[in-house]
Amino acid sequence: MKDRADPHVSTAGGRPGGLRRPSWARLDQKISPYLYVLPFFVLFAIFGLYPLGYTVWISLTDQSPMSPETSFVGAENFTRLLEDSRFWNSVGNTIGMFIVATIPQLMMALILANWLNRRLRGIGFFRMAIAIPIVTSTAVVALVFGMFFARDYGLANGILEMFGMERIDWRASRWTSWMSIASMVDWRWTGYNALIYLAAMQAISRDMYEAAELDGASRMRQFWQITVPLLKPTIIFTVTISTIYGLQLFTEPLMFTSGSGALSGGSTGQFQTITMYLVQVMRTYHQWGYAGAIALVLFLLIVVMSAINFLLVRRISSDR
Amino acid sequence: MSVRPTRTRTILATLGVATLLLAACGGDDSEPEASDAEAPEAAAEDDDGDDADTTDAEQITLVVDVFGEQGFGYEALYEQYMSENPHITIEERGAGLGLGDYNDRLVQQITAGSGAGDVVALEEGTIVQFYAQLDKFVNLADHGAAELESNFLPWKWEQGAPGGFVLGLGTDVGSMAMCYRSDLFEEAGLPTDRDEVSALWTTWEDYIAVGEEFEAADTGQGFLDAATNVYNTMLMQIAGNNSGYTYYDPDNNLDLDNPDIKAAWDLTIEMIEKGLSTGLNSFSDEWNAGFQSGSFATIACPAWMTGVISGAAGDDAAGLWDVADAPGDGGNWGGSFLAVPAESEHPAEAAALAAYLTTPEAHVEAFEALGNLPSSPQALGDDAVLAATNEYFNDAPTGQIFGAGAQDLQPVVLGPQNNAIRTAYEDALRSVEQGERTPDEAWQNAQDTAAGIG
Repeated sequence: MKDRADPHVSTAGGRPGGLRRPSWARLDQKISPYLYVLPFFVLFAIFGLYPLGYTVWISLTDQSPMSPETSFVGAENFTRLLEDSRFWNSVGNTIGMFIVATIPQLMMALILANWLNRRLRGIGFFRMAIAIPIVTSTAVVALVFGMFFARDYGLANGILEMFGMERIDWRASRWTSWMSIASMVDWRWTGYNALIYLAAMQAISRDMYEAAELDGASRMRQFWQITVPLLKPTIIFTVTISTIYGLQLFTEPLMFTSGSGALSGGSTGQFQTITMYLVQVMRTYHQWGYAGAIALVLFLLIVVMSAINFLLVRRISSDR
Repeated sequence: MSVRPTRTRTILATLGVATLLLAACGGDDSEPEASDAEAPEAAAEDDDGDDADTTDAEQITLVVDVFGEQGFGYEALYEQYMSENPHITIEERGAGLGLGDYNDRLVQQITAGSGAGDVVALEEGTIVQFYAQLDKFVNLADHGAAELESNFLPWKWEQGAPGGFVLGLGTDVGSMAMCYRSDLFEEAGLPTDRDEVSALWTTWEDYIAVGEEFEAADTGQGFLDAATNVYNTMLMQIAGNNSGYTYYDPDNNLDLDNPDIKAAWDLTIEMIEKGLSTGLNSFSDEWNAGFQSGSFATIACPAWMTGVISGAAGDDAAGLWDVADAPGDGGNWGGSFLAVPAESEHPAEAAALAAYLTTPEAHVEAFEALGNLPSSPQALGDDAVLAATNEYFNDAPTGQIFGAGAQDLQPVVLGPQNNAIRTAYEDALRSVEQGERTPDEAWQNAQDTAAGIG
């Protein structure tokens, strides 16, 4: 855009006492586009850039409501972070839960979308139905699943007992709590991803499938050799979005426990995510500077993870 | 071909879902309005009163921030105050909010200098952290509060007035008792009369022995709700009788080697190892459900806990719970103060309201409403308190049981990050209850976490 605008500037400027109208029109042409996009950038500066800059600044200080003075501490918060076992525990939990939740979720979404990409009676209903969980509030989902996985009166344990199995304290151990939380995430987001896949699948020309069928390719083969490769950009998109969401996982694990100490994410922090630790450091420990450092590291982590996923997905799809 | 009708249907379906959602949202919105119905009425009354008075007093609204499942039991006092001061409308926020959430929010509001109420409740364990932010609060002494000193127990007054700056006026104290389910005690073949039960456990070791007896009877229910509650109770009691502080020494330095912590910890571990604890997460949904279904037979019971129990257990369990003396000697857990943030637009009126809500008479009123034990010696000596019985708790003489210990309570010093550190120890105890860590690992972990917070 700049390249195109520049010549205009030089010609307009180089004509002294030029005709008013055309120069106004040119000025209008030059400036108006910027004015049209200005509102977004003003809002972005207020709600995006300023908080980001402030976070960088605060992460270099020891600011806390508990102490009247704030002093500059340089990189101290970051060096402390490197040795903080609770932080790394939360990183492990977040990535672990992300993997446990996201991989089956995207697989299921793909399969679901493939099923829904057929001409069936009442397919519109089914397509709508899978979207319902998206419009359910996360807090409500977490509450319902929290009751489902309750230790003493939960439905999950009731079913286990019906089949003569032992009750499980779902919140107590790492794996059971991860599975419970992953089930919440998947219930909510599988339909969303399926819808995106479905939209992309409908853009694939029917001719390709018909040709494949004539060549005797099975449905399975069609799926892997036509659908999946053509969905590559869409898969990259959903993986990136899921990564960002997964690394910021907060409400589900927080609401998974009610009562005191919910931010601790279990008695040994077995399902405390990075964002939960961040909020605990900020709100419960009142160490705002340190919380700022955690926020920045989380930001970097998301960038790195998204890049890794992007490369992985690109590789896998092009191999096929 | 068949695409178009499908799309139309999809759009229709989307609209349908959207309508449902909107309807649901509308429903949500209308609920608080309905429950707030009193507020507009009160405002209307005020307008009338204002016209009649023909005073130039400006109509103002004072916001009172409290916490806890049932609030602070001030409803009748608000009514009274508003009818005496027709130009003031009182709005209460926070009933139903847990202390942790309430306090986190309050810290942000106070630090940001906006959003806090005109009168805010500060809990015993959290008031300490606001000592560092006295400039954010109104010194109530500037509004005549200094004369009120004799209305409060001396240590309660000192907690609320660090260095002579009157930050908060005391509301209640949490002197200790032990609440128990008499029906479960009967089932286990234990005495059910509260005096006999009190006599069963003069020490915590006795309490453990009774617990073993209860477990041996195999009622299928637990003896106590959660290790964390009994731990907090014992720590406050042991600290009160020994060092006088818990995690921080009186100079606000972290002292995690305080033997009182370990003493309370060891007793709690013994209870867990003997299988006495139900292992519920305190103040959780399941813990609340446990009161209704009677999953546990006893719970450490500071005075304010009686309100929690009757609220959680509901009318069906009325008369099943009873109150006996707590094992050991004395002790206090909890209790609050009312303060006025400097950001309040009406500091004088807010200070007057805080003073009104903490008069000896108001303490008696709050005790009758919710069982919150007065921190005012006059109120503690008041016949209405001394003779008070709690119908819900099988007509237990709660005034006597809780009031007896309150007059000569030993204060315990709590440090600035008390709540955060307490959570670290609570988490550690839960990990032992769940069998995730050995007691030694858990202890080490709590110490490490606490050191990182302090």
